[in-house]
Amino acid sequence: MSPHSCKDCLHARLMASNGYSSTAATAPQIENHSPPCESVNSMPWFGMDIGGTLSKLVYFEPKDITRDEADTEVETLKNIRRYLTKNSAYGKTGHRDTHLQMNNVCIRGRRGTLHFIRFPTSEMGNFLALAKSKGMANLVTTVCATGGGAFKFEENFKREVNMNLAKFDELVSLIRGMLYIETTNPHECYYWSYPTEESRCQKVPYDFSDPYPFLLVNIGSGVSILAVYGPDNYKRISGTSLGGGTFLGLCCLLTGCNSFEEAIELATGGDNTRVDKLVKDIYGGDYGPFGLPGDLVASSFLHVYSFGQMNSKDRRNAVTKEDLARATLVTITNNIGSIARMCAVNEKIEKVVFVGNFLRVNPISMKLLAYAMDYWSRGTLKALFLEHEGYFGAVGCLLQYNGQTS
Amino acid sequence: MAEFDDEQSLPQSIKLPGAVEVFANLKNAQLFAIDIGLSLTKIAYYSKVSYRKGLYENAGLGNSGERAYKVFEGNRLHFVKFETRHFESCLNFVKENLVHAERFQGKSTKVTGGGAFKYTPLLQEKLGLLIDKEDELSCLIKGCNFLLKNISCEAFEFERHGSPEYKFQKATPNIFPYMLVNIGSGVSILKVDSEKQFERVGGTATGGGTFWGLGSLLTKAKGFDELLQLAERGDHRNIDMLVKDIYGGDYKLQGLPGELIASSFGKAMSCNNNPEPHQFSEADIARSLLFTISNDIGQIASLYASMHNMDKVYFGGYFLRNHPLSMHSISYSIKYWSHGKVKPLFLRHEGYLCAIGAFLYGAEQSDKFSWLENYAGSSGFKDSISTKLGIQVDQLEIDQAENAVTFCPLLSDPSSYNPDTMDLAQDKEARDYWLQCFEESVDKFVARAIHSQPQSPTAKDRASKLKEKYINRLHYLHLQPFAYGTLTVRTLLDTIEHCMKEFDFPDPYLHQKKIENENALKHLPDRISALDKLEGAEKIKALVLGVLSGNMFDWGAQEVVTLMETTNFGFKEAQEQIPGRPWLQDCLDDWINRLQEDRPHKCAAIFVDNSGVDIVLGILPFARDLLQRGTKVILCANSTPALNDVTYPELVVTLRDAAKVCRVIKKAIKENRLLAMETAQAGPCLDLSRLNLDLCLAMVQHKVDLVVIEGMGRSLHTNLYAKMKCECLKLAVVKNRWLALRLGGDMYAVICKYERPPRKVKTGDLGKIDNGQRKICSTICIEAERNVCICKKLNEEKLTKDMNLSKKGTGEEICELEPRLSSSTDDNDNDNDYNAEDDDPL
Repeated sequence: MSPHSCKDCLHARLMASNGYSSTAATAPQIENHSPPCESVNSMPWFGMDIGGTLSKLVYFEPKDITRDEADTEVETLKNIRRYLTKNSAYGKTGHRDTHLQMNNVCIRGRRGTLHFIRFPTSEMGNFLALAKSKGMANLVTTVCATGGGAFKFEENFKREVNMNLAKFDELVSLIRGMLYIETTNPHECYYWSYPTEESRCQKVPYDFSDPYPFLLVNIGSGVSILAVYGPDNYKRISGTSLGGGTFLGLCCLLTGCNSFEEAIELATGGDNTRVDKLVKDIYGGDYGPFGLPGDLVASSFLHVYSFGQMNSKDRRNAVTKEDLARATLVTITNNIGSIARMCAVNEKIEKVVFVGNFLRVNPISMKLLAYAMDYWSRGTLKALFLEHEGYFGAVGCLLQYNGQTS
Repeated sequence: MAEFDDEQSLPQSIKLPGAVEVFANLKNAQLFAIDIGLSLTKIAYYSKVSYRKGLYENAGLGNSGERAYKVFEGNRLHFVKFETRHFESCLNFVKENLVHAERFQGKSTKVTGGGAFKYTPLLQEKLGLLIDKEDELSCLIKGCNFLLKNISCEAFEFERHGSPEYKFQKATPNIFPYMLVNIGSGVSILKVDSEKQFERVGGTATGGGTFWGLGSLLTKAKGFDELLQLAERGDHRNIDMLVKDIYGGDYKLQGLPGELIASSFGKAMSCNNNPEPHQFSEADIARSLLFTISNDIGQIASLYASMHNMDKVYFGGYFLRNHPLSMHSISYSIKYWSHGKVKPLFLRHEGYLCAIGAFLYGAEQSDKFSWLENYAGSSGFKDSISTKLGIQVDQLEIDQAENAVTFCPLLSDPSSYNPDTMDLAQDKEARDYWLQCFEESVDKFVARAIHSQPQSPTAKDRASKLKEKYINRLHYLHLQPFAYGTLTVRTLLDTIEHCMKEFDFPDPYLHQKKIENENALKHLPDRISALDKLEGAEKIKALVLGVLSGNMFDWGAQEVVTLMETTNFGFKEAQEQIPGRPWLQDCLDDWINRLQEDRPHKCAAIFVDNSGVDIVLGILPFARDLLQRGTKVILCANSTPALNDVTYPELVVTLRDAAKVCRVIKKAIKENRLLAMETAQAGPCLDLSRLNLDLCLAMVQHKVDLVVIEGMGRSLHTNLYAKMKCECLKLAVVKNRWLALRLGGDMYAVICKYERPPRKVKTGDLGKIDNGQRKICSTICIEAERNVCICKKLNEEKLTKDMNLSKKGTGEEICELEPRLSSSTDDNDNDNDYNAEDDDPL
């Protein structure tokens, strides 16, 4: 079916697009013990990143189906394709991010459309039931998977839907997926200009064609920080357990909210200065000796003691859910910003790319990060963001698949 | 200082303290400084402490009632810590108890801390003080420097469930540079390069305020301490998302263990999901919160440390309170993120840093003295005292040392010197034994104390309070071995002396000592002529045996005391108790060889032990022999009394009396070849990291090349393993059966340990350098083993001044020794001292 080695195709393209000659590239892929190309290309193609909170599913819809192929395609496969591409909601909690859909992309020598779907990892049971009901168990399929859930749920996949998981490391996948999408999608990378000025602040495309080295900060439930020096040269230098899961977990406890969207919405209407203690509250103006400006715009963002007013009963009674959500968001975001900044300084890296689903529908955090990077580094650090923020792991493992289960 | 006094007119200024006294000496308090924190307030003040010293010369014989005292005044720093919500009642208490409160009207007082703003009007109204606000972080650093330099075992590493859990840091000559992380409401990270140079390099918004604030929102705990208690009971795994919750196990590829927290509060994300909203326990929430905050602080601190190339980080601020869980998670986090390169250190008195600093800013001269933690007046570091005010307070008392102290210049490596032989905190068997042993012997000390003041109507009362206090302390140490830093025989002995002084029993053995000295002096001529009949090896051996026999006469050793009290135990009887050779530790032949084969020593420093037979019939003949060989001798005695140990004033008199019967001694004193000096020690042990500065200078000046340390306290409980740059002879008789057995010997086992430093640089070579400026420098610098010395290439005055100022000789430069020794001109030498000036930030 595929006339050429799909593996070479992918790598040549990937490397070339990043300015590397394909000969220079050495893939860290697990060695290929001559897989039958059939199995590599057997549809459907999924890439799945099963995180602590969210599962991200990337589905490749082939658009270059030949007549022969169409004739031999089993009915189940057609049904699945139709189900996934005609809907944008699956069950109660599955969503397809239609605005992220990428048309006319080339993967493993095939052309088609990438669809981006997410659902809470806690719904894995329902997801598997749904997959079973769509007849997935009848297809001999291998799904590329990464994230902790690839290990945790491997047995369930085998048992419920007869699926083998081809497991890939999440950090390798993350970098792969990110580089692929960034080079495929012309407006993938951007930054925020004038992040503290409501009226002037906007997204500005960023030319990421000369990326290395860069710091990759992946904010999911927790945070991983990678220093990336080349397509296959990276190290995990730090991380923190104070991530998206902490924000949402605390918000649920503090406000009774139920979802990330709800928490972000609350935060948008809140004021953290009614929760946090500002430096100027304590020192009554400028805190001179150590150069902490008491009355800058910055102080409302950065010079605070998070939740510092909340030990007072009166203050506690006076704050709203919105204020608390905002304070939680600001606290978590600033903390990540601060750690990322120091990692960048220690690694002597100037570009900091923030990804992960914490940033989804979350311009408050992105602007804070943008501002914090710029302010504390006096302009030497640049905070960058990507449109497909949370999906790179899933894309990356789909790209890496060579027909083997690991 | 003050007038002579006798027993009948007990000076009124001397107080009779209760067993536990809070706000001690408040009535004559001077110079307040206050650190008003959001949760805790610390009041610092300075008081004059009057205490009596028994006068040796005037102590009459025969009737033990005739005693003369002199009243001395010492300076003491008091720090009292209590919750800020009690601020007003404490202030009222202070006001009521101050004598002449009006004397503070309009006086300037240093105030610092987050609450300084809020409480200024109250302070002005109550005490009429003028408020002089001092920057919090500057105070913090000044306080930290002060503690690190003056208080032994101030800093420690903590490892929960470790053995030991607390690892105390020994004092080192140089404390800089270090990083200080202050965890208050927020977190400030400070880099401290020297006394004067420091900067705030960063911080974070998530600190104690976040813990408290979020904790108040999420639990019903009232106040910070309740939150901590709650956290103690909780299990964070019910609320945090661990690596294994995501992976089902470890994340092997990145080496992340399954138990690692992947997402703090991650499990709370779906708690409101219908139909079954999940309720988390408040304890679990509090614990997760504590871990969240302290892990985060640890990580940020380690990032700053690696950014600034620091390998040790001290933590201070109200968040910690020496709370094991918080210290554990901060330590874990720092070690994890720095891959063990950064050492997290905590401070026993972290809560007092700002108050100490603020106080010192108000009293600059305090910088010039050495200070010592008062074990009698300070509460243990995890202990609070209930008060009549109905509130809990902690307190710290620090006494100004009478002498400036510094590291003994002859220690081979001051920074690794540890005075104590046994760590009772680690060694449970030893701890149980010694705590029991001290408890059993307290009655003897107390009886002796009462006996020493037969005409005082209050002696019995004071003595019983003393006993109560000491026994309580022993019981407390049983439960909290780390309460005062490392627990050692030395600190237990020091505590007795602090209590004796506190309850006005100056020198209970004074009378006994005088009788024994004078009796022994009568036998000195016979002893000398007997020895003079011997020659060569026989004589040397007899002299050492004499010292050992003399050392039997120890009122601190229970079994010997019984012998002395019940039999006619004399020098001859003592000699019979010395076991035959080989001894438990027997270097006698080496010592004899040394004296016979090599040229005589230039100068010997002898650290003496007991009065009476010991000093007179043991040490004096031994010293006399050295003098006859052409060696100068410095006899080093305690500055203040401890049991029946020789004190400096007593030694002076004893030498004078001995000179009357011995011409060699008389001549040597006249020629300044036999000196008596004081050590600045106040207990029966010897801490060579806190030796009298004048003695240190004399050791350098006279080129001491032999150190003799005598007695169990000085050469067994302490210094058994101390390495010196010069020759060293340690002599002791083990007068404690348990210890003797433990060491593998029997009762009265003998320690005769003679050590020579490696011969790379001969001690004699020092003599070649005779320029005045070089003398001081190069001798202090001898580091024979490594050819590296720590010194300041400065002249004598500067050195003295620096040692005075910084006591433990901070700000040294490393320089090579060899070029210094081989070169004869100063100018050239200086070139070898690296670029001291250029590097010195000051």
